[in-house]
Amino acid sequence: MCLGVPMQVINVGDETVIAEIDGVRCEASLLMLSDPVTVGAYVLVHAGFAIARIDADEAEETLRLMREAFDDEGSA
Amino acid sequence: MRFQEEFCDPGLVQGLAAALYRESADLIEPLRLMEVCGTHTMAIARFGLKSLLPPQIRLVSGPGCPVCVTPVGYLDHALALAADPINLLTTFGDLLRVPGSVSSLMEQRACGADVRVVWSALDAVALAAQYPDRRVIFLGVGFETTAPTVAAAILQAEQQGLDNFFVLTSHKTMPQAMALLSADPELRIDCYLCPAHVSTVIGGRAYQPLAEQYGIPCVVTGFEAADVLQGILLVVRQQQAGEARVELQYRRAASWNGNQRARQLLEQVFEPRDAEWRGMGVIAGSGLQLRERFARFDAAHQLPVSLPVSREPEGCCCGQVLTGRIEPQDCPLFGTICQPETPVGACMVSGEGSCAAAWRYGIQ
Ligand code: SF4
Repeated sequence: MCLGVPMQVINVGDETVIAEIDGVRCEASLLMLSDPVTVGAYVLVHAGFAIARIDADEAEETLRLMREAFDDEGSA
Repeated sequence: MRFQEEFCDPGLVQGLAAALYRESADLIEPLRLMEVCGTHTMAIARFGLKSLLPPQIRLVSGPGCPVCVTPVGYLDHALALAADPINLLTTFGDLLRVPGSVSSLMEQRACGADVRVVWSALDAVALAAQYPDRRVIFLGVGFETTAPTVAAAILQAEQQGLDNFFVLTSHKTMPQAMALLSADPELRIDCYLCPAHVSTVIGGRAYQPLAEQYGIPCVVTGFEAADVLQGILLVVRQQQAGEARVELQYRRAASWNGNQRARQLLEQVFEPRDAEWRGMGVIAGSGLQLRERFARFDAAHQLPVSLPVSREPEGCCCGQVLTGRIEPQDCPLFGTICQPETPVGACMVSGEGSCAAAWRYGIQ
């Protein structure tokens, strides 16, 4: 129930978006987001609401830090 | 999908696990890490993460499953409301099979009660508009992630002038429960993996008092395999450095201040109250109740029903499981009488419950 699913926005309406993951689509309310979202953006959907955007740059940075955690030591 | 597969990449997961082995090699005492998020519980079980951890790391689950921490008295209240044919109950699916003192919503529905599963609290508002002669009651269970969605639904019902929409609230807030657990010497919690979704709303800052007051490192952690391992690595590093602060691992969705809009919704509609948690008793300031202005939507006050004396299922150790005192398989009923098809307690019902996760993915 507390599940949040990262989904990609495929359609933006007035107060809702249609988001998709693995071919499954659902409608999500935008009432909990302050900034506008665009098609192609990633959002976290929980209980019918987009509750957060997923920041692509931060995601890349996290992946980079993860690799660094073992690459560094592997080469040390 | 992006942001999912990348964070479950086997090479990444193995690399992080190896780093964790190396970096925790010097730990003298084993570290007890608690996660307090149903999605973490599930992810850890599903990815088999415990089997990847060095022996110095003990991962325990806390009260992160919203359905599990909802006391049986709440279910009894919902069941009493469902018994009146004018009432139409709406709920998220995983509450349906949770046993009350004598039956469950699912059983009551089979006997004719009108109980409907909705995807969003807004769907319940739409039902209220559709059936003006019925009283539509939404079962408001969940943490800071869910409560703003219910706040939004109440505001919408108000805007539409609906007088037949009600919420039976049992919303809870996480930091107060974590403070109680932190102060318990028996539990010996060394570090927290803070919940991903709750934190997108309340922000990392909300855990700062815990880190400062109890000296417990807190890392807001995502819920893919690599996220969890990196979260663990970060708390291990803090521990090694003798630090106790809040860090954000789940930066791609959670920030220091959280979701302002969601927090506004919470603040506008709800106020803190003491709340009962299954197996943990009443925790001061750990619940949310509707503010006076929204009292007309409060099912508990507007629709009085007589309530039975509630009792927790006999022999169920959910309370101990929810506080990390025992593992699900230590409960004598686990896997024998209590299975997902015939759950005795809430922890075996919800997909996020520790007992259900241990049953489904095996004990590690
Ligand atoms: S196994 Fe069943 S009875 Fe035992 S604690 Fe879990 S839910 Fe309760």
